[in-house]
Amino acid sequence: MNGEVILKAEGLGISFGGVHAVKAVDFELRAGELRCLIGPNGAGKTTFFRLLSGQHKPTRGTVTFKGQTLTSLLPYQISRLGIGIKTQVPSLFEDMTVAENLELAVPHGVHARDIPHRVAEVLERIGLADLRDRPCAELAHGQRQWVELGQILASRPAVALLDEPAAGMTHIESVKTVEIIRDITRYSAVIVVEHDMDFIRMIGDRVTVFEQGEVIAEGSFQQVAQDPQVRAAYLGRKETTDA
Amino acid sequence: MSRILQTLALLVVLAGGMALPNLVELYTVYEVTVYVVMALLALSLAFIWGKGGIMCLGQASFFGLGAYAYAIAALNFGPGLLAVAIAISVPTLFAAILGYFMFYGRISDIYVGVITLAVSLILMNLVNSTSGPQYRIGAAQLGGFNGITGIPTLAWPNGTPLDPAALFRLSLTLLVGCFAAISLYLRSRAGKVVIAIRENEYRAELLGYNVALSKLVTFSAGGALAGLAGCLFANWGAFVSPTVFALVQSAQIIIWVIVGGRGTLIGPILGCIALQWATTQLGTQQTIQVNLVLGLVLTFFVLVVPAGIAPLLAKCARAVTPSRSRITAKEKQA
Ligand SMILES: Nc1ncnc2c1ncn2[C@@H]1O[C@H](COP(=O)(O)OP(=O)(O)O)[C@@H](O)[C@H]1O
Ligand SMILES: [Mg+2]
Repeated sequence: MNGEVILKAEGLGISFGGVHAVKAVDFELRAGELRCLIGPNGAGKTTFFRLLSGQHKPTRGTVTFKGQTLTSLLPYQISRLGIGIKTQVPSLFEDMTVAENLELAVPHGVHARDIPHRVAEVLERIGLADLRDRPCAELAHGQRQWVELGQILASRPAVALLDEPAAGMTHIESVKTVEIIRDITRYSAVIVVEHDMDFIRMIGDRVTVFEQGEVIAEGSFQQVAQDPQVRAAYLGRKETTDA
Repeated sequence: MSRILQTLALLVVLAGGMALPNLVELYTVYEVTVYVVMALLALSLAFIWGKGGIMCLGQASFFGLGAYAYAIAALNFGPGLLAVAIAISVPTLFAAILGYFMFYGRISDIYVGVITLAVSLILMNLVNSTSGPQYRIGAAQLGGFNGITGIPTLAWPNGTPLDPAALFRLSLTLLVGCFAAISLYLRSRAGKVVIAIRENEYRAELLGYNVALSKLVTFSAGGALAGLAGCLFANWGAFVSPTVFALVQSAQIIIWVIVGGRGTLIGPILGCIALQWATTQLGTQQTIQVNLVLGLVLTFFVLVVPAGIAPLLAKCARAVTPSRSRITAKEKQA
């Protein structure tokens, strides 16, 4: 399908005391790919992202990014190599303006002269140009999520990890979020964690299903949706509760 | 626009300051010099705590080290630029080593406060216990709690010491210069990162910023500034004693910053000058205890004006002359 494998987890896992939050995950992401990661609450999706971005050191296994082992690196080093993350709980520079939040996301390599242009472009894409000089603390929930996605757009990482980017959004806001994610895929391979099935359908790409710290299925949305194990673990229950 | 105003204001202060020794009595110049020196100390904490979010409760450590380092160096090598360089290097290096363990060790903010405070008290006890004649560094007798007296005043290259007017002008120039330099730095990319780390360390790290290194640089720069203030202080009084490391000294710096307005650079400078002036005024009478008043002032500000003087003044100014950008932002919203 897409390009070569750029991010690879092999036997990756972490335990907190007796809790095996992520067991032994094998996972591959190719350049240009848009991957959905689904699974019930507590399945280990956020923890998996933390392992990939270096916020947790794995108890077992390795992460390789463009052929380089990440396991011994710090989060800022991994970020500089080109893995960006939008965390599940929005985490912004609250008293700084929207524009400043985006400016700070532009990587070091970009010439100072080009930063304002990059910021203006991102503001346009996330639809917050009018609010550029507003402190983030004053924004609504959905807008804050977009600023975080904007930081990903501004930094153009090779791999973008998006943890529940549409959580708590109205349908209309979700649609806009899908568009922003499509924009992100122009520069980055993307992994999106999402609960909402409609949202996954809108993105309609390859899906990986997590349950209890393990990958239990992988394939197209249709394939995964028909997998009996997945239906039992997640989809059936989720579809009825979400409705 | 505001940048031009700010630059103008700085130039006016500088020009006024340069003329001051010609306008007032020598004693007043002498008194005002210590205000300016302490304002530099306040600026150092405004930078690392207010801007950088590093809660240093022992800023007096670097001030004291700067004062002692100058005294010892000036007694040994003469009161020249070398002594000043040593007076700045010692506290900077000390801050860098302390900062390395704190920030690379990733200890929490509250422990940064506790450790810096503890370090200042340890320094005070160390210096306090150097009263015997065996405690000397070259020509400098440390003197224990009596401190070091007769510190030579900084001299011009030709050997004549700076007179009080020159010391005042030098101190003010350094204060204005450091203020301008920090303001400029905070507008740069690296400076914005300092503030970003205060706002959200976690996000800064995930965006690829080396948080530990940035904090280390900020903290060391704050140490350098406080050390410079200490150096000027030793010059001003020709005397230094272990009380420079005292808890009261550290607490006073924190009070200046809180009262003046944490998060601004100008606030702590104003807070420092206002409170020192008030302390001097109160000191001339016997009925009220000065520390009691300072404590009350601090309590009042923490409870009633938690943002401090400078943000309050800015708010008042905005209320009188509404700034255009704010209104248009609101109108756009409507
Ligand atoms: N720091 C931690 N300490 C202990 N347990 C944790 C920690 N982080 C996550 N867990 C546990 O790991 C499991 C997976 O959590 P998480 O990755 O947040 O799931 P998801 O994002 O899929 O909802 C949960 O059982 C959670 O309680
Ligand atoms: Mg999660």
